[in-house]
Amino acid sequence: MAQNLGGSIIGREWGLRATIILVFALLGLFILYPIFSVLRMSLTPDGGFSMEVYRSIFDHARYFRSIRNSVMLGLIVATLATTIGFIMAFAIERLRIPGHHMFRSLAILPIVSPPFMFALSVILLFGRSGLITRHIFNLDVGTIYGLRGLILVQTVNLFPIAYMTLSGILRGIDPDLETCALNLGARRTHAFFTVTLPLAVPGILASWLIVFVTSMTDFGNPIIIGGDFDVLSVRAYLEFTGMGNLPRGAALAILLLTPTVLFFMLQKRIMNNRSYQTITGKAARRNMLPVPPVARIGFALFAAVLSLFVIMLYGTIIAGSFIQLWGVDWSFTWRHFAYSWDVGASTMGRTVLLALISTPITAFLGMIIAFLVVRRRFAGRHFMELLAMLSYAIPGTAIGIGYVLAFNDAPFRWSGTAFILVTAYVFRNVPIGVEGGIAALKQISSEIEESSTNLGANSSYTFRTVTLPLIRPAFFAGATFAFVRAMTAISAIIFLVSARWNHMTVLILAQTEILRLGAASVMSFALIVVVMTVIFLIMKLTGLDRSQVFGAGASQ
Amino acid sequence: MNSTITSTSHSPKEDHKPMESAHLTISDLVKVFRDGSGSETRAVDGISLDIEKGEFVTLLGPSGCGKTTTLRMIAGFEQPTGGEIRVKGKSINPVPPFERNMPMVFQSYALFPHLTIFDNIAYGLKLRKASREVIRNEVAVASQMVNLVGLEKRYPGELSGGQQQRVALARALVLKPEIILFDEPLSNLDAKLRIQTRTEIKRVQHMLGITAIYVTHDQAEALSMSDKIVVMNNGKIMQVGSPEQVYNHPADPFVADFIGNANFLESQVTAVNDTGVTVTIGGKNFVIDRGRVYPEVCVGDEVYVTVKPEAMEISQDPGDLTGRVDVNSFVGAVTEYKVEFDGQFITVIHSNTGETVTLHHMDDEVSIHLNPEYCRVYKR
Repeated sequence: MAQNLGGSIIGREWGLRATIILVFALLGLFILYPIFSVLRMSLTPDGGFSMEVYRSIFDHARYFRSIRNSVMLGLIVATLATTIGFIMAFAIERLRIPGHHMFRSLAILPIVSPPFMFALSVILLFGRSGLITRHIFNLDVGTIYGLRGLILVQTVNLFPIAYMTLSGILRGIDPDLETCALNLGARRTHAFFTVTLPLAVPGILASWLIVFVTSMTDFGNPIIIGGDFDVLSVRAYLEFTGMGNLPRGAALAILLLTPTVLFFMLQKRIMNNRSYQTITGKAARRNMLPVPPVARIGFALFAAVLSLFVIMLYGTIIAGSFIQLWGVDWSFTWRHFAYSWDVGASTMGRTVLLALISTPITAFLGMIIAFLVVRRRFAGRHFMELLAMLSYAIPGTAIGIGYVLAFNDAPFRWSGTAFILVTAYVFRNVPIGVEGGIAALKQISSEIEESSTNLGANSSYTFRTVTLPLIRPAFFAGATFAFVRAMTAISAIIFLVSARWNHMTVLILAQTEILRLGAASVMSFALIVVVMTVIFLIMKLTGLDRSQVFGAGASQ
Repeated sequence: MNSTITSTSHSPKEDHKPMESAHLTISDLVKVFRDGSGSETRAVDGISLDIEKGEFVTLLGPSGCGKTTTLRMIAGFEQPTGGEIRVKGKSINPVPPFERNMPMVFQSYALFPHLTIFDNIAYGLKLRKASREVIRNEVAVASQMVNLVGLEKRYPGELSGGQQQRVALARALVLKPEIILFDEPLSNLDAKLRIQTRTEIKRVQHMLGITAIYVTHDQAEALSMSDKIVVMNNGKIMQVGSPEQVYNHPADPFVADFIGNANFLESQVTAVNDTGVTVTIGGKNFVIDRGRVYPEVCVGDEVYVTVKPEAMEISQDPGDLTGRVDVNSFVGAVTEYKVEFDGQFITVIHSNTGETVTLHHMDDEVSIHLNPEYCRVYKR
C-alpha cells in the first residue's frame, strides 16, 4: 500500500489544510492572475489571439531601442555595482579598515531612501543648473540626463545590494583558509586570487544577477533622469497610461518580466547550491591576518571617497529643501516646507497609514508561508515557495499593469481603492519575509517543533507558541522591510494610485516633473525621516539591533 | 520477509495474529524515501516486532540502519510506506502525531528556548487543558523525579547539558504516558554523565512501569539498559533478544561484529563429526562444538572463526598462536593489544587485576591462547 508522504496526517488537520488552500488561492489571485492578465492583453489586442503587438515592437526601432537600452544599462550597472560592493565588503569584512562600523551604516542608507532620491540630488548637483557642473566649475560636460546619469545614480543606489550579499559570502569564507595558503607559501595577493576570490565567485555571480534585475526593473530613476534614454519600464508605463495603448504596454511589461524572472531564478539556484560553502558553524571570529598598511590605506580611501559622495547626495537634498530657487536664487527660505505641507500632508498621512496596515499582514503571511514550506510536507510545497518568491522578481511595472487589468471589472472591481494598494504592498513585499523566515527556520532544529507536536500540539498551536516566538527577529525584519518598501514603492503603485489614495513617491515625481525641485527635496527628506523614525521605533520596541533588522551585512 | 520476529520468551508459532499481550506491535513495516532525482532508499525494509507492556526495548544499529526512521514512524513523524503499527491491537497508522500520546526525548533535547523550565514541562499539560492547580502539582512531581527542583524559573540556555536532558525527560514523564520514546538521548553528554544518566532513565522507567522504546548506536548503552535488544542493519532486523543472548549468542557475523567487536579469523574446516568441527588457524587445529557452527558445514569450507577480544589470553609463554604486538594501549582497567600473526590482526583485551601489570611492548613476540568454547564459526 503506497501512501503519499505525510498526506493522511495533513488530511486530519482541517485548519492546516484550509490555510494551505487559502495561501495558494491568495498567491494565485494576486500574483499569477494579474500576470496572466498582462499576458492575455498582450496576445489578444483585438480580442483574438495575435502576435502582432510583439512583432510591431521588434519592428519599430523606438521600442526595440528601449529593450536594448534596458539590457545595456543593466549590464553596466550590475558590473560597476558588484565591483564596488565587493571592494567595500572586502575592505569592511576582511581588512577591517578604520571606520568600518560607520561604512556599514552608510551602506544601508540607500536602501531606506525614496526610489529616485539620488536622481534628484544628482540633477541638483550635475544638472543643467547643477551646483557643481554649472556654478563651481562652469563645465560643459554635456547633459546628465541619459545613460551617464542613470549609470551614476543606479550604481550608487544598488551597490549596497551587492555589498550585503558579498559581505555575507566573505564572512562565510573561513579566514583559516587564507592563513593556510600563506602558511603553504603563497603571497597575500596570490592567496587572494587563488583562494578568496574563487570561493566568492558564486556570490559575485548571484549579486551581479540581482543588481542586473533590479536595474532593469527600476522605474523611479529612469523616469526622472533618463531623458531621451528610453528604457523598458518607462516605455511600458508611457504606452499604457500615456498613450492608452494597453496591449503594447502589456507586451513591453512581458518583455521586461521574462529576463528578470529567469535571472532571478538563476540567482536563487546559485545561492542555493553554493558548492563552495565553507561555513564551519563556529560563530567565533578568528583573528584577521595583519594586512600591509598600504592596502588598508588604499581601501580606506576608496571607502571614504564613496561615503563622502553618498553623504553629499543626502546633503544636497537637505540643502535643496531650504533654497529659494536652485541655480538662480540661493537665498534661504521655508516656503518649500509650507508648500509641501499644504500639498503633501494628507498624502503623507495616507501613505503611512496604508504602509502601516500592510506591514503586519505582510510579515505574518511571510512567516506562515515560511513555516508551511519548511516544516510541513504537502503537494505543491515547492510551487508555493516559488510563487511566493517569484513576486520579488516580477517587475513592479508588470504587477501594476496586471493589477489594473485584473481588478478593474467584476468580480474584482477594486481599482482606485486603498485595498488594491495594500494588496500590492503585501504581495510585492512578502518574499522578503518568506526568505527571512525560511532562513531562520533552517537554523532552528526541527526537533523543537516536532517535540511540540509530539506533546500534543496541532500545527496552529505549534506555530503560535513555538515557531513564531523562535523566529521573532525574522518576523520583525520582514515587517521593517515591508514598511520601508511600501513607503518607497513606485513602479507598481504609480498605476494604482487615485486622487483619493495617492502615494508620496508619486507626488514627489509630479513635483520633479513640474520642476518644483525644492518641494521635491522637502518631501524626499520628510519621507526618509518618517521611514527612519519607524525603523528606530521598531528597534526600540522589540529590542532588536540593526543586524537583526537588516540582515547580517549591517551587523555591528 | 514475512516471518514475525518475536521475543524469545514467547513461542514463535502464531505467525500472523499479534500477540494478545503485546503493547505495541509492528508488522511488515516499510519506509521508502524518494529523493529529488527519483532514486529510492528503503530505510526500513519490512520489519516486524512485538513489544510487551513495561518492557525496555532498544533499537540498536549503525547509523543509517533504519532505527531512527522506525522510531519516527512510531511517533507519527513519518508515514509508513507499508505495514502497520498497532497499540494494544489497534492500528495507529491514521492517528496524527499530536494525538498519539507517546512523548519522545530527542537527541538535541528540543527544549523550547523561549520558555522557562516550568513552562517547558507544563507544555503538554496545558494542551490537555489541565487546571492551574494540577499543572503546578504535576510539574513539581516530575521535577522532583528527575532532580530538577529549584530550576523551574530558569531558561533552557542557562542549564547544563545534563540538566537539559532531565528537563526533556520530565516534560515527557509529566504526561504519564504508557509508551515513551527515546532518540539517542545521551549522545550529547560526556562519557561520565552518560553512564550516570542511563541508570537514572532505567530507574524511572522501571519505577513507573512505562513501555520504553530507545534508539541508540551505542552497544554499551543498549546492553546496560535493555530488557530486549533489536539489532538492525540496512533496514532489517538482524536479531532480537536479551542483552545476554545478543552478546553471547550472536545470530550472524554482523551482530557478532557490531555487539561484541569480535575478531574474525580466516580459517578452513578440516573435519566435521556429530559433536565437533575442526578448523585450522595459523596451522593449528581447534575443535569447536557443533552447536556453535552453522548447520550446513562441510569439510573444506572457507570460514570465519569469531572470538571476542576478552575471551583470549595473551602471554609470553608458548601458546596456541604466535604473533607480534603491533600496538598496545593501556586504558586502566584493561590493556588492549593488536597482535599480528600470519598476516591477520587480532584484538585481545587483557584485564589488569591487581596493581602490578605486565605489559607486552610493541614488536614483542607473544602467544595467544584461544578458548574454543567461546568461538563461533560462520561461513566466509
